[in-house]
Amino acid sequence: MSILLSEEFTFIVQGITGREAVNLTRECLDYGSRVVGGVTPGRKGREVHGVPVFDTVQQVADAVGYVPNGSVVTVPPAFTKDAVFEAIEAGIELIVIVTERIPRRDVAEMVELAGMRGARIIGPNCLGLIVPEVCKMGGIGGPAKDAAKAYAPGAIGVMSRSGGMTTEISSTLTAAGLGQSTAVSIGGDAIIGSTYAELMPLFEADEQTEAIVIYTEPGGRMEAQLAEWVKDNRSRLPIVAFMAGRFMDSEEMKGMSFGHAGTIVEGAEDTATEKIARLEGAGIPVVERIDEIPDAVKEKIGVTA
Amino acid sequence: MRFYEYESRRIVERAGIPVTRYGFCTTAEAAREVAAEIGGPVVIKSQVLTGGRMKAGGVKFADTPEEAAEHAAAILDLAINGHAPRGVLVDPKAEVAQEYYASVIWDGTVKRPMMLFSDMGGIDIEEVAASHPDHVGRGHLSNLLPVSDFHAKQVIARTGVTGSELTRATPILARLARLMRDCDMTLAEINPLARLDDGSFVALDAHMEMENEAKPRQKELLEELGIEAQDTREPYEPSDFERNVKAIDAADHRGVIQGKDHGFSGNLGLVIGAGGGSLTLTDAVRSQGGKPANYTEIGGNPSVAKACGLAKEVLRKDGVEKIAVMMSIVSNTRVDIVARGVIKACLELGRDPAETIAVFRIPGAWEEEGEKILRRYGVEYCDRSVSMWDAAGRAVAKIQEGT
Amino acid sequence: MSAPPTGGEQLTGVFIGIEVDQTVADDAALAGRLAEVCPVDIFAADGEAGALRIVEENLDECVLCELCLDAAPDGAVVIKKLYDGSELRRG
Repeated sequence: MSILLSEEFTFIVQGITGREAVNLTRECLDYGSRVVGGVTPGRKGREVHGVPVFDTVQQVADAVGYVPNGSVVTVPPAFTKDAVFEAIEAGIELIVIVTERIPRRDVAEMVELAGMRGARIIGPNCLGLIVPEVCKMGGIGGPAKDAAKAYAPGAIGVMSRSGGMTTEISSTLTAAGLGQSTAVSIGGDAIIGSTYAELMPLFEADEQTEAIVIYTEPGGRMEAQLAEWVKDNRSRLPIVAFMAGRFMDSEEMKGMSFGHAGTIVEGAEDTATEKIARLEGAGIPVVERIDEIPDAVKEKIGVTA
Repeated sequence: MRFYEYESRRIVERAGIPVTRYGFCTTAEAAREVAAEIGGPVVIKSQVLTGGRMKAGGVKFADTPEEAAEHAAAILDLAINGHAPRGVLVDPKAEVAQEYYASVIWDGTVKRPMMLFSDMGGIDIEEVAASHPDHVGRGHLSNLLPVSDFHAKQVIARTGVTGSELTRATPILARLARLMRDCDMTLAEINPLARLDDGSFVALDAHMEMENEAKPRQKELLEELGIEAQDTREPYEPSDFERNVKAIDAADHRGVIQGKDHGFSGNLGLVIGAGGGSLTLTDAVRSQGGKPANYTEIGGNPSVAKACGLAKEVLRKDGVEKIAVMMSIVSNTRVDIVARGVIKACLELGRDPAETIAVFRIPGAWEEEGEKILRRYGVEYCDRSVSMWDAAGRAVAKIQEGT
Repeated sequence: MSAPPTGGEQLTGVFIGIEVDQTVADDAALAGRLAEVCPVDIFAADGEAGALRIVEENLDECVLCELCLDAAPDGAVVIKKLYDGSELRRG
């Protein structure tokens, strides 16, 4: 098993004729994902790597005879909200938003509508998610042969605010003999569709998953929310965290922002130091090096190295 | 993007929230005229984008226009926390019966705007929340439904405020909430919101911050306020390095590069990426005793010219002895393209790539081709079997050896 | 025509060389095709009578996509990787 994706999972790509979307579509198809249609307004009748292009999401559903399970949205920021609303109203249940630099208000509106319709959003500003050897939804891991190098099936759930670090961490786990059940690039913005704590119940319910690894950064309350969730729900899953951006706590870096939009520190609570304390207070070890993750996981799940 | 107080006041005013009859001045003479027009005691406030004005002497009271001009002259010359004031605000000294606090901010966990109100205004709201939690009212707003006055009323009523105070404060908080949403603010705050002796409410100070991502669609408001596109309101003056990197990035749409060196002053130049990778690698260098000269981010598959331009800027920085070229595993950015760019940068500056590049650790897309290029120029290539930590450690060791 | 010559022993900051058969270079239609397919503008069809010109400053931006090899007759265009001496060609 896994979370969110399966072998039968079908999805579309909105904005499929864009340069990055064309690559992403190729990569997903090569990995074995079922990309059943694409949408770019005004481009109906074209094909992208054999995937038929339509003007509307509804047209894709009509053509294939069912509502696809998911959509990867990669359209410019000014048009993203409309595209996501279209997907939600068409009945799509899992939406991955790749686009960066979307104003928070738009993201919040999309997330609220998704909640009303029972849909889930991953992102924005993310690379999507992957179930090794089963399905890749988004640019995560890159071309199929590169994704195959980094990701292997296994028992670890990975969640990361950085798309690139999702692959770096998974590759490190794979090299140490620890495969992944599902790896999710959750997005680097201040407001995202699915936080660690919001994905935890899915991993919790997934029999394949035995431990969780998260990549975190300064900024926001997402880690505090996870710490609270773990305490309140007495999770069966051990978690290992990696915290990047510790240098941002130093005096000379005050008020500066680095990396993702979400790393801007807006209060004393969202510094690296404070987050580490909170996570450790909830029994989540925070390692300093990526290459320490596999041993920390093995110790937690009782596998001897 | 943070607004000056005089701009923030204009923003709340145009949203229908009463303000006092203030004037923004850039000379002492103008301050005298405004004070004379107001015709009574006034307060002169420095217009700077930093806190602690009062303590630093950036806020002064005057009884006459002459005194106002004197204070204005002094305040205009006074830098606060390294920020020169943009001007002064001359405001009538209001007869305040009570001060309140009103704000609307994003609650990232709930993913909705949150209204905050307190009947203990004029002081730090976090202090009030800690010492008098029953004096702070909170309430979330829907992102999809319009803001109704009753939402604001509920929040205010939670603090125990009632009577005409409640009915008069309600539309103000509701308007603040609408303006926060309509203008894409990340913070919309009035502190203090004052009730005057006649029972009316006015905003005595306001603090607005707009989300940078929303600036394109808020052009009309920004133009109305006379804010130019290049006025980015960074918390500090950008360095030559930062300006040059920005220009290189803007000149070519292929890929994205960023560079910062504010707060860095080491000898190891960093040519690193992407978002999360750069944070991880900067930590790894510092934790192993290295002194980064800068911070960079490479992403989105830049051209050779862009990678070269970035590496050259890093190499040209004072005190940079070697560069470390490192990224987390790449899937879009190409190893061979970055390799070409950094080698070209070394050669164009007359430096030997083998000596100058302390470490090159970028695994991923086109790594076989990248390795061939590096080998040709005598640069050792590190693939994914070398961890990010170890790659950073090698770079630090090389620079400490002084080879 | 060819540009630029291989670096020999001297290490230069030039990584890619392109050789184009003279008959192709003089064919305006083919030159136009090459200019169109190259994503990094290494080819320009603005020589005499629409003849091919190689834009030297863009050579190093070559992404090895091989679209130019497919657009020209077999063997007419050769991409040289100056850093390892190997060549990409059709036919």
